[in-house]
Amino acid sequence: MKKRLPLLFLLLGLALVARSLLPERNKTDFDLAAFGRLPVVVNGRVKPVDTVARTALVVLQSSQSIAAPDETKLTPNEWLLDVLFRSSRSDAYQHFEINHPDLLAIFSLTPAEGRAKRRFSFRQLEPKIDELQRQARLVEPVEVAIRTPFQKAVAQLYANLGLYIRLKASLVAPDHQDFLGELLTYQKNVTAGVAAVRAKEAGQPHDPALVAQMMESGGRFSRMGELAYLLAVPPNDGESNTTGWKKVGESLLDSFPTGQINPAIMVYAGLARTWKADQPKEFNEILRLYRAQLERNFPQSLVKCDAEARYNSAQPFYNAMILYVLAFLIAVISWLVWPVELGRAAFWLLGIAWGLATAGLLARMWLEGRPPVTNLYSSALFVGWSAVGFCLALEYIYRNAIGSVAGGLVGFATLLIGYYLSLGGDTLEMMRAVLDSNFWLATHVVTVTAGYGATFLAGFLAIIYIFRGVFTKSLDKATSDALSRMIYGIVCFATLFSLVGTILGGIWADQSWGRFWGWDPKENGALMIVIWNAIYLHARWGGLAKQRGLAALAVFGNIITAWSWFGVNMLGVGLHSYGFMDSAFPWLLAFAGSQLLCIAIASIPLAMWRSFRA
Amino acid sequence: MNPLVRSVRDFCVSLRLTVILLALSLILVFASTLAQVDLGIYAVQEEFYRSFVAIWQVGGIFIPLPGGYLVGGLLLINLLSAHIYRLKLEWRKAGIQLTHSGLIVLLLGELFTGLWQEDFQMTISEGETKNYSESFRLYELAIIDTTDPKMDEVVAIPDSKLAGAALVQHPKLPFRVATKAYYPNTTLARRDAAALSPAAAAVPVATRGVGSSVAVTPLPLTYKMNEMNVPSAVVELIGDEGSLGSWLVSPHLGAPQTLSHAGRTWRVELRIARAYKPFSLQLLKVTHDIYVGTDLPKNFSSRIKLTTPDGRDDREVLIYMNNPLRYGGYTFFQYQMDSSRGQTGLQVVRNPSWLLPYIACIMMTFGLLLQFGLSLRAFIAKRRATAKSVVV
Repeated sequence: MKKRLPLLFLLLGLALVARSLLPERNKTDFDLAAFGRLPVVVNGRVKPVDTVARTALVVLQSSQSIAAPDETKLTPNEWLLDVLFRSSRSDAYQHFEINHPDLLAIFSLTPAEGRAKRRFSFRQLEPKIDELQRQARLVEPVEVAIRTPFQKAVAQLYANLGLYIRLKASLVAPDHQDFLGELLTYQKNVTAGVAAVRAKEAGQPHDPALVAQMMESGGRFSRMGELAYLLAVPPNDGESNTTGWKKVGESLLDSFPTGQINPAIMVYAGLARTWKADQPKEFNEILRLYRAQLERNFPQSLVKCDAEARYNSAQPFYNAMILYVLAFLIAVISWLVWPVELGRAAFWLLGIAWGLATAGLLARMWLEGRPPVTNLYSSALFVGWSAVGFCLALEYIYRNAIGSVAGGLVGFATLLIGYYLSLGGDTLEMMRAVLDSNFWLATHVVTVTAGYGATFLAGFLAIIYIFRGVFTKSLDKATSDALSRMIYGIVCFATLFSLVGTILGGIWADQSWGRFWGWDPKENGALMIVIWNAIYLHARWGGLAKQRGLAALAVFGNIITAWSWFGVNMLGVGLHSYGFMDSAFPWLLAFAGSQLLCIAIASIPLAMWRSFRA
Repeated sequence: MNPLVRSVRDFCVSLRLTVILLALSLILVFASTLAQVDLGIYAVQEEFYRSFVAIWQVGGIFIPLPGGYLVGGLLLINLLSAHIYRLKLEWRKAGIQLTHSGLIVLLLGELFTGLWQEDFQMTISEGETKNYSESFRLYELAIIDTTDPKMDEVVAIPDSKLAGAALVQHPKLPFRVATKAYYPNTTLARRDAAALSPAAAAVPVATRGVGSSVAVTPLPLTYKMNEMNVPSAVVELIGDEGSLGSWLVSPHLGAPQTLSHAGRTWRVELRIARAYKPFSLQLLKVTHDIYVGTDLPKNFSSRIKLTTPDGRDDREVLIYMNNPLRYGGYTFFQYQMDSSRGQTGLQVVRNPSWLLPYIACIMMTFGLLLQFGLSLRAFIAKRRATAKSVVV
């Protein structure tokens, strides 16, 4: 049994991966998965409806799981279908998250009335929307950096309500009983209707009923054109036209002179009718026909949308997170019992988790057509990926489970950070003009981020050194020497990556801003990591610090790295404006505090460490 | 050797000094980052890096720190003396030597950049041709002899001269220029004697030109990224037979003032300092791409026609983000754009030492790779040996 343990865990890990790769199954007769794969444009990118559904849910309520008031669970696509086509139901879904008590007071609501004590429905908020709007106007002139928590909550909820209202107006006129019927009538009458409107303008005899109908339709379409969130109508000339996507309302307004309604609009109106009337067969048939038509003009977009929907449902980083935790726990246990077998099991699990993270990164790169790091979210993924990569190498060389413990911990922690960063919305973003350079994203950004990863890893290894030394008897001479050498080796890599990455950043700045170095906060942050690593190396070479002191230095590197990764973004100044954030400041302080505590523990005299006590 | 000299030498070449200096530079960089929130980037560069002692203000407390020149200079001395003192050309040390040499190149490059780099901007509208760029911060008093209709003769006096010297004499001018008052940042308004603030009332009133009807209010200097200091000055022109009168000059006035003296005519204005180029750029077209359905910028580009008076160069170039034009020792970067008005803003940089960071980057990369690669090889060899001995 003991001998088979590694194999057992390996199979367990592989089973988890295999399960996540299975295609999503439809739990009703509606082909929800096929609906989720339809391409639309949001934020400048062609993406599957599935991504829109998931990110909208995450933005509204920080979670992808949602249930109807009668407690039936909804998939994100099911939820989105109700929002898009049957708002009479979705208005009752409790998906608006409100955490600030004063904000609830505005709506005269109590936490008890919300789902999970913090989520509320459109219907619950609707009576006081005017008051929210008034509050939002008061907040608007206040600079984002100096807003109070209440003001932030107001702005956030106001934006979320806006998102919901815009989603509702995306494909059909919201609250319209039979939009397909109206479109069919409109199409029949539009030529005569336009003629009637012209006649009226020219003061000639005309059919007033027809004119009224045209005016009504026009008003409705233009409201949809203003509100809609999705650009759902593909251009007629196919994939090459990347800027031709339109909102349903805009495309309908364009149809006045031609009398031709874009088929995609009819498709969505048809889907709306069959979804509301609960006709899965017809719904699926419309989807099939539309898909067949898209296959002709948008083959590549469809391939990417299919892959992205599959990526969404596989959740590689979520599964990697589970495996990292498992690897960490098993590796820690291996220090107590069965070091060889459990150590191997942990190593293999770490390997699977890392493989999964690698696959996830590669999928993102292919979807975006970009190097791995493009925003703060993907930097978290990559910091973890590079650190765990180093850990695998360390574990392969040393086989003492230290690499697995550190890898499991850093992998999990960085993915957790990534999870919180993903709450802001779609993580596959388009790049602002100055960042639109794959060469520099691939060189400067990747090396600097790998430098973050290595510096963090050195810090975590040092924490292992301190904790095992102070609190256990397990830090014998061999282990402490090995750990010190690991820390040193990783700091060497960290120095290499952060130095080269920082200078490459300077060269990029020289290419696009006209100066190599401008003492911009983000540049300073990167420089601080380089200087810190240089201090560690020189202190070691000069014999100014021994193992314990060097471990404490490495832990302080964690604070420096966290500062330059997130801290400088919280200042709200500088040119690197793509990653501004401020809400995580208390977390940064807490992290720095915990690291200082580790350093304080390290400064306990060696004679009092359990491992060194006589 | 004298023991004192020896201990000084030992301190100068010691790794302890290196670590102390690195730690000081870390604190300096951190302090300067925080200070940017209040001071802005330009003031921080001057205060913290182009200085020997920097004062860091935290709340009401002033903390003196060693400035960039001091720390950087001492690091350079430490590095150089350590290398000279311990100079042993060994293969084993080649990585370190190369890395440190790269660092020296980098530091020198920054020094040269600080000394020699010139920064200008060039704003051109579609169809317009320009052969000069303008400073970001500096102004000049331009006195332009327009007597000859075929050519203008320009005498430009930098604003630093106006601010510093009381009297400027130039061989091309038949009068001397005396600064009666200079204010580095001001605002102008129509003069209304009843409503003058005490600060504005203290400003001397010009006797000639439009100045007599204008009230000048001095303002404190601004360091904000999106604001500019706009100076005003009252200058007196003094000819051989005495004063010609005094003029208020300021970029706020918008138009130059004219004066005649001894049968010649001049235009006088305080304007943004210009640097003329031996070639001219004509803006043909600006393009501002955004991602569909958003206002997120995808690209900014300017199509430009580049010509030299001798006709040697006459071609079209495209400047866009991450793709500057390098020509005649200058680099032109896409910097700002107002596509609705068909206007582009180029940043113009002359930096003779721009290649040094590239060289430094290559040296340091290879140096570190060599150093760590050698250590790694030694480490692996050692492990193999131990593994073998364990097996045996």
